[in-house]
Amino acid sequence: MFKSDPMSNNSVQQSTAVPVPLIEVDKLNLKIGDNHLLRDISVTSYTPGVTMVMGPNGAGKSLLLRCLHGLFTPTSGSIRLLNKPHEATTAFQSMVFQKAVLLRRNVIKNLEFAAPNGTPTAEITELLAKVHLNGKELQPARLLSGGEQQRLALARSLLTKPRLLLLDEPTASLDPASVLIIERLISEATEQGVKCIFISHDLGQAKRLGADIIFLHQGRLAEHTDTETFFTSPQSREAKAYLNGEIVL
Amino acid sequence: MLDNAFVEAFNLMVSGSPELTEILWLSVQVSLTALFFSITLGLPIGTSLAITEFPGKRACVTILNSLMGLPPVVVGLLVYLLLSRSGPLGVLGLLYTPTAMVIAQVVLITPIIAALAYQVMDDLHREYRDLFQSLRIPLRKAVPTYLWDARYSLVTSVLAGFGRAISEVGAVIIVGGNIDHLTRVMTTAIALETSKGELAIALALGIILLTLALIVNAAVTTVRTLGLKNAYV
Repeated sequence: MFKSDPMSNNSVQQSTAVPVPLIEVDKLNLKIGDNHLLRDISVTSYTPGVTMVMGPNGAGKSLLLRCLHGLFTPTSGSIRLLNKPHEATTAFQSMVFQKAVLLRRNVIKNLEFAAPNGTPTAEITELLAKVHLNGKELQPARLLSGGEQQRLALARSLLTKPRLLLLDEPTASLDPASVLIIERLISEATEQGVKCIFISHDLGQAKRLGADIIFLHQGRLAEHTDTETFFTSPQSREAKAYLNGEIVL
Repeated sequence: MLDNAFVEAFNLMVSGSPELTEILWLSVQVSLTALFFSITLGLPIGTSLAITEFPGKRACVTILNSLMGLPPVVVGLLVYLLLSRSGPLGVLGLLYTPTAMVIAQVVLITPIIAALAYQVMDDLHREYRDLFQSLRIPLRKAVPTYLWDARYSLVTSVLAGFGRAISEVGAVIIVGGNIDHLTRVMTTAIALETSKGELAIALALGIILLTLALIVNAAVTTVRTLGLKNAYV
């Protein structure tokens, strides 16, 4: 019942002549030990830009993202991204984790580590300026503030020139200035054709950035609609409760 | 009597006694050589154990940790049996040579360096694993990165190994034989001179050994402080 069918009212289609499915997840299941963590998730999204993944804690948002990124192998089901088999997509994916993982070296070396061979220094410098870290090139990366660390992690991901960018609550507990910088960079990336899948609990952020919203609850897909529909007339009981600020158990 | 021994010990150290210098030099040579081979073996063992998954890994880690507590005299006995004339390596004629002492120390400190390296690398691997997989970092690039990023903690492990090697007596006395001008190192000399009642030279060597231990510990603290300062630990 939760399957998002591109032909149904809940589906989100882009207005181009030939819609290309950008996210296709079919009957995805993930079991770890005795825990059935993701259950029969089927989603098809044709929407470019940012797909938000929302849901209460423990809904399986990060697990879904990790499955899409290939960090977890689903127990069953299939994934196609950007209209290609999953295995073929990992080469042009990049992921920003909830807690920035930075190497034990300075800022510039963290970027150089991820940069593809032959990346011009000017490109790295330009990216540093975009994330407002210019002048901090030689600082140990792990001594930056939380917001700066996350901006550096995003810059590192963008340096790999992904076509699909996965973001696992990158702005959680960041100051508004850092959130703004990150949102601007993501908007800029989507304008350049990068597809983003973004986990967030921030409803305002979902409204600002999201083109469509995947809502998970207890490891199942509860709803997949365009952002406007999600906020004006959510289809599922769980999403309604979530938007009303009720704890969804 | 003890006062006199301390004064004599001090005089021996200040005068740069050739006997003391020879013993000190051999001790450092043997321990540094053993350390070199132990690093060469121990770091790859610890690193590969941390970053690879295979059946029986937990058992290997348990065995490695247990080997940290190898009794030196047992190691000495095993190396003795290996190198003695009737042993499998007896033909090499290494028993009662500094090489035999190096082998015994390598057997003793390699598990220490490997086990400490494993702990450091395991923590780092848990932190970096997803990132490296996400960035599709090949193993040939990941391993040097692990080694470099763990450098401060690894130096601490290596210095711990050196501390164990330089202060070890049980194994080297069995395989080295404590032969004057050939295999006499600080620890074996201290044992011998004390038994002979030559407290001055034993005390002088003991003070030097303690000073070395202090230097190693100070180096560990300095390295760790430097690493912490830059959040590199």
